[in-house]
Amino acid sequence: MDIEKYIASGILELYVSGSLSEKENQEVYHAILKYPAVKAEVEAIEQAFMNLSEAVGNRENNVPFSTIKNKIDAKVVELEQIPQRNKWIAYTGWAASVALLVGSLWLFTENQQLKEEIQISNTTNTNLEDQISKANESAKKMKALNAILRAENIESVALEGQAIAPNSFAKVFWNKKDQLAYVDVAGLPAPPDGKVYQVWSLTLDPLSPTNLGVLEDFDADENKVFMLTNTNNSQAFGITLEPEGGSDAPTLAQLYALGVVKS
Amino acid sequence: MQLEHLVSKFQQKDVKSFEKLYEMYAASMFGVIYTIVKNKEEAEEVLQDVFVKAWKNSSSYAAQKGRFFTWILNIARNAAIDKIRSKSYNQGKQNLDATFFVDIIESYDNLDTKIDVTGLNKYIKALRETCKNLIELLYFKGYTQKEASEELKMPIGTVKTNNRKCISELRKSVLR
Repeated sequence: MDIEKYIASGILELYVSGSLSEKENQEVYHAILKYPAVKAEVEAIEQAFMNLSEAVGNRENNVPFSTIKNKIDAKVVELEQIPQRNKWIAYTGWAASVALLVGSLWLFTENQQLKEEIQISNTTNTNLEDQISKANESAKKMKALNAILRAENIESVALEGQAIAPNSFAKVFWNKKDQLAYVDVAGLPAPPDGKVYQVWSLTLDPLSPTNLGVLEDFDADENKVFMLTNTNNSQAFGITLEPEGGSDAPTLAQLYALGVVKS
Repeated sequence: MQLEHLVSKFQQKDVKSFEKLYEMYAASMFGVIYTIVKNKEEAEEVLQDVFVKAWKNSSSYAAQKGRFFTWILNIARNAAIDKIRSKSYNQGKQNLDATFFVDIIESYDNLDTKIDVTGLNKYIKALRETCKNLIELLYFKGYTQKEASEELKMPIGTVKTNNRKCISELRKSVLR
């Protein structure tokens, strides 16, 4: 390999910024192991970028490492210093007890350290178990959701974002036979504190809204799909933002999404 | 101590090694985050999250996949971009096309040169317009070479060689 040409190609700069593919990363990694000149170049590029970043940050970071340390909750067991005995205590008995003391202290700290390691492993285990059960739970939910959305008699209604939130959107999947409406609000922003989304069934002529219910615990539901009963002969659906508990009539100034049933 | 050794001790959850890595990288990661979120308190908050995350996910780092610096840089810019994304979402705004680095460079550019404590000016002077954009995309936004080439309407080879020239200029200004 022509090292100079390789360095001049600019691939190492992209390696440091993380802009290469996995395969190219592997290739550069092997070149670093093989050629000290490549390694030195990579380190120099990294240093240049670190200097630049430090300069734009004005070195104003005041977060001491202890803050991070407290957050990761990993205590370091500091070995206690054993006080030195004065020379005049020459008795073997003393020496023996000192040795015993040192020994037991050492065992004690060793034991503490091991205990701590066990604790860390346990926490990691619990975290992993948690993650697995969460993933299972979420997969189960998605499956159930899929089954619902695939039912043949389901009517899908797209709700477009309105003036207050033009980038938002929502969907209603309406199972007329079972009189259920599944409202998918993943495309709406999380409601502010003290406010909830309320879903309305609308008839258009004359325009009259019927409350289908409020979407409680918006944040807790990660799929953001809510099931509501809908016994109405809806012609359209709308979603408004209302004070906690919902309102009797929709606040139209807070209309987030609206969509008309096609058939 | 060798960086490789330090990183491997860190992966074995050695707090002392973690502290050394923090001392090495905190200031530059703070700079990256600050460039994106543009607020000191928020940048400090994100910085803490980044290092806590690095500690928790230390096992996900592998030398074959890239430099340790690149790994932590990736965590930092993602966390910072997430931060402004959630903020603009709450405010109902969409400003994700914002330019981080170019903005911050320009804001410093307007400052009096006398208060140039960190010597940022020499970096700014060394960087041409193309360079600012390239560094913005590749380093602060984490674009791949392909994405950067599409965004700047420049062939991939040109992205590579131009970026090399930019970084060389930076390196020269460091030596001065």
